[in-house]
Formats: sequence, C-alpha cells, structure tokens
Amino acid sequence: MVLVFIDQADGHVKKASYEVLSYGAKVAEQLGTTAEGVVLGAVPADQLAALGKYGVKKIHHVANDALNHFDAQVFTKVIAQVAQAAGSKVIIFSNNVDGKAIAPRLAARLRAGLVPGAVALPETANGFMVKKNVFSGKAFATYTINSDIKIISLNPNSYQVTEGSGTAEVAPFNATVDAPKVKIKAVNKASGEVPLSEAEVVVSGGRGLKGPDNWALIENLAHALGAATACSRPVADEHWRPHHEHVGQTGLTIAPNLYIAVGISGAIQHLAGVNRSKVIVVINKDPEAPFFKAADYGIVGDAFEVIPKITEAVKKLKGMA
Amino acid sequence: MKILVCISKTPDTTAKIAFTDNNTKFAQDNVQWIINPYDEWYALVRAIELKEKDPSTVLHLINVGGADAEPVIRKALALGGDEAIRVNTTSTDSFYIASQIAEVARQGNYDLIFTGKETIDFNGSSIGGMVAELLDMPYVSLAIKFELNGTTATITREIEGGEEICEVNLPVVVSCQKGMAEQRIPNMKGIMGARTKPLKVLEPVAADTLTTVSSFGLPPAKAGVKLIPAENAADLVRLLHEEAKII
Ligand SMILES: Cc1cc2nc3c(=O)[nH]c(=O)nc-3n(C[C@H](O)[C@H](O)[C@H](O)COP(=O)(O)OP(=O)(O)OC[C@H]3O[C@@H](n4cnc5c(N)ncnc54)[C@H](O)[C@@H]3O)c2cc1C
Repeated sequence: MVLVFIDQADGHVKKASYEVLSYGAKVAEQLGTTAEGVVLGAVPADQLAALGKYGVKKIHHVANDALNHFDAQVFTKVIAQVAQAAGSKVIIFSNNVDGKAIAPRLAARLRAGLVPGAVALPETANGFMVKKNVFSGKAFATYTINSDIKIISLNPNSYQVTEGSGTAEVAPFNATVDAPKVKIKAVNKASGEVPLSEAEVVVSGGRGLKGPDNWALIENLAHALGAATACSRPVADEHWRPHHEHVGQTGLTIAPNLYIAVGISGAIQHLAGVNRSKVIVVINKDPEAPFFKAADYGIVGDAFEVIPKITEAVKKLKGMA
Repeated sequence: MKILVCISKTPDTTAKIAFTDNNTKFAQDNVQWIINPYDEWYALVRAIELKEKDPSTVLHLINVGGADAEPVIRKALALGGDEAIRVNTTSTDSFYIASQIAEVARQGNYDLIFTGKETIDFNGSSIGGMVAELLDMPYVSLAIKFELNGTTATITREIEGGEEICEVNLPVVVSCQKGMAEQRIPNMKGIMGARTKPLKVLEPVAADTLTTVSSFGLPPAKAGVKLIPAENAADLVRLLHEEAKII
C-alpha cells in the first residue's frame, strides 16, 4: 500500500498535498496496489472525504489536539504508527518545509531508503528507481532504493495534479501522541500573499531595480498576475527585501510555471534556484546579461519603462482595467 | 556546552557539472572544492558566535568523507572550532552518513548539533532529521535565527509564506540557512592555527546503505530566447497567454 502524507496548515489542506495525492495514486496504480492518505491535526471531515477525487481510497485521520502544532519528532512517531498498522511499503511526502523535517526522521525510524526532491514517477519495472534533482537543479540523478519500505519526497510543482471523482473513507486513527518538545511561540505570516514555494507565477527583482523604494513596480505586476514576489541574493543581503524572498543556490529553490526576472543578471547561483521554472521571462537593459541564455522570452529594455506597460497589459487581459 | 557542526565538502558554485564513467560519476577534474555554503556561512559561523559569547563552549566539527575532504575541513577549522572529526568513508547514502554522525554525537554528548539546510550538490536536506531521529532528539529545520538562553534555545524557522518562532530545551538538532549568521573570511591567525588543531580520523561503524545512485543526467538545453522589442512590451503578455498558455 502507498501512504501519502497530507500536509495541512490551520485546518486547510495545502496545495502541495493535491500534487502528492495525485502522484501517490499513480504510484499505487503502477504497483498494482491502492493509495491511502494520512492527515494529522484538526481538518473538517468533508474536506478530507473530498480528497478521494485525487485517487485515494481511505484517509487515516489522527485528530489529536497536540498535532495542531508542528513538531517533526511527534509527527514522525504518529506517521510511523499509521504506516505500520496499515502495512505501507511506499510513503510519499511533498518536499516542502514540513516534508523536509519529517521524511528524513521517518526514513531513519523505519530504516526506509529516502529520495528527497524527486521529480518524476518511480521506475518499478526492475528494482525501484527514482529521479531527483541534484547540483541545485543543474543535473538530475536516478537513485535506487534498496530497502523494503521506500520513502519519496516529491519536489513541489513536479507532477500534474489529476482530479477525478469519488470520495475517500475517513478513518479515525488512535495513535499514541507524545507531548511536543518544540513549543511554538509565534507565527509571522504575510497574510493574503501567495507563499513563494507554492506560487505558480513569480515576479522577481534584482539589483537593477536600484533600491527598495522601487519595489512597487514588482509588486504591482505580481498583484495583477496573482503572483508571489522573489528577489536575488544581493537584494536580500542589502535588506531591500526580506530574506525569505531570496531565491537561488543559497536561497529558496522554486519551480513555478512562470518566472519573470526583472533587473537580475542571471548569475549561475541565481539560475540554480529557478531553472526548473517552466517558462522564464527576462527583462534586462543589458543584451549581454547571461540570464537571456536561460530564458524563453526576453525584453531588452529599461525595467522602469517596460514593467508598467506589461502590468497594464496584464490588467487588460484579466479584465482588471 | 558542547556543539557539533556537520561540515560537507561540495563543488564550488560555479563548477562545471558533467559526468563520466557512463554517467555514473561526477567529473571531478578541475573542480574547486568548498565547504558547503549552508554549513559554512550559517551553521559554523553561528556556532563560532555562540562560542565567542561563552568561551567555555566546546566546538567540534564533523565530516563524513574521504581523506580528500581534509583541505576543506582545515578551511573550516581556520574559521573556528576546537577540533574536527572525520569519519573515513565515501558513502553517498544519507542514512549511512547520518548513522556515523549519530554515533559520534552519542559518544560526545553534544548539547547542540548544527547542519546546513542541505548540500548544494545532493540537495538532500536529510542528514539533520535522520541524526535527530537516531538520537531521539527534537529537530528544528530551516532555521533562520538561533538564540540561546541557558539551556533553552529560541529558534526562528522558515514556514511556507513566513516564519515561526519556537522554543526548545537542549539537546536539539538544527538545520541552518540564511539569516543565522553572516559569512566570515578566515584571517591569517585562523589559517595558521588551523594547521595544528586536532583532526581525528575514525573508521565508520556498521550501518545500512538504503539508497545508491545509479546514474546522473543533464537537463535538456533550452530552445533559445524569443526577444520582444521593448516598444511592444505588451506583446509579451499576449505571447504568454496565447503561445505559452500560462497566464
Ligand atoms: C557561493 C555563492 C552563492 C550565491 N548564491 C546566490 C543565490 O542563491 N541567489 C542569487 O541571486 N545570487 C547568489 N549569489 C550571487 C550571484 O553570484 C550574483 O552576484 C547575484 O545573483 C547578482 O544579483 P543581481 O542579478 O540582482 O545583481 P547584478 O548582478 O548587479 O545585476 C543587476 C542586473 O540588472 C540589470 N539592470 C540594471 N538596471 C536596469 C534597468 N533599469 N532595467 C533593467 N535591467 C537593469 C543589469 O543589466 C544587470 O544585469 C551567490 C554567489 C556566490 C559566490
């Protein structure tokens, strides 16, 4: 059986979970077995039953209050109990913030081989092989998992969500839940904004924007597109933008459908964080900027003149103007 | 107070990525090796700062790797730390590597174990979590800030679309990223001193190898950029809508 970890925040199933559910259902089909889900913490039962449309038959729900706050150690022990009770041979996570914290713990606990950052379905014809990104997106590697239980952490935005019909059976699971050792004191979330790691469209600014006061240019375009905002490393280093917007080899790695780079030269370390984006648009006044080599569409021009025109055109397209 | 910082050796960020032996090995010719930036800039420097604040702190570095990792370990010692331990194996399996670190950590009774967020070559983000599980310690991943007050740590970590501030009593394993500390350049005194700091070599303990790398590959090259004249900037939006069909 294939077990999929369904990640939630504040009682809402995260978007990344739809992707891993679709992926898990496909893996199960490939192995001639079924996919089930596991969710920890309070989530309305109808929301869980509706997840059946992504191909899972059953959802194990551990609705203990201690699980409303995230603690990787506590979560791992609970998921291990569900996996063992259900006899799971393949366990799937999103390689998102929570997945990165739990999957390796669970792998060590169950002595299960882990492939973090998978980008494709496993090849199961001859052994169990999973393709993953390595060298920060500059290459990929195919890993063979040798253990009985296998864990895959799927990179966000690597697998097409497939919606069918059907509802899942929601089965309450009684687990032993430890008291968390990590106590959460405060959560600072920019409300209403699209989280960068989940965004389908990202508008990113570099040093070419000259200073933090010019960011309205980026924000207006992002707003029109319903996009998240990102930036290059020097922009975060100089505190023009918060650190969590920094993408690249030493920042966040993202793979949106559309990445629009404004006033960013396209240094190799920057590209490493964004080169898995499906379509890359580069706007730079220097025709020699290396970013153009990695781009699908480009405009050689001054961002201060070009971006407002693009923003207007987007607003027109979306009926916002 | 005893701190253990995990140090990994990675190719320089500008290294050419190519493979040999029928795409089963990374081509190492002319590659410059560096300390994995997350390990160096964030984990190690923050640990050094903690030791500067409380000089009674014992700071050890650990690398699981072959003898060719020693120049990189010396570089790390030039930044700071009392001694380094190298567990002599070239395994690439994260569980095998984590088992080695956990064994050293068990023997050394560390209060705090730092790793980088991930290595820039294998991008696993796994070692910290595995070590924590093997030692049954709490794990705070993707930390951007770390403050210590007695034996209680206040840690800010990344979550989707923001940050979370949490509190945990030592011992704890923390994976570190940007924000934890600022990059430092080793000075002459540090470089000279690093030569005589102890670098212990241990043989690995028995552990399972759960994964192996079967092959590598490079992504297909891009078709080439379509340039749109700046005067017709609005045309970009039409192309993204009609041709690329993504907005
Ligand atoms: C080990 C290491 C790790 C690194 N990690 C990262 C990382 O994770 N992420 C990252 O981004 N960088 C990283 N860097 C830094 C990287 O090498 C580059 O220095 C950085 O990406 C450059 O940022 P930038 O493109 O914003 O600035 P610049 O290189 O200064 O480029 C600014 C660009 O803006 C253009 N421009 C100027 N004015 C205008 C205008 N009016 N309109 C349009 N275009 C204009 C210029 O032509 C230029 O191309 C790393 C470096 C090292 C050594």
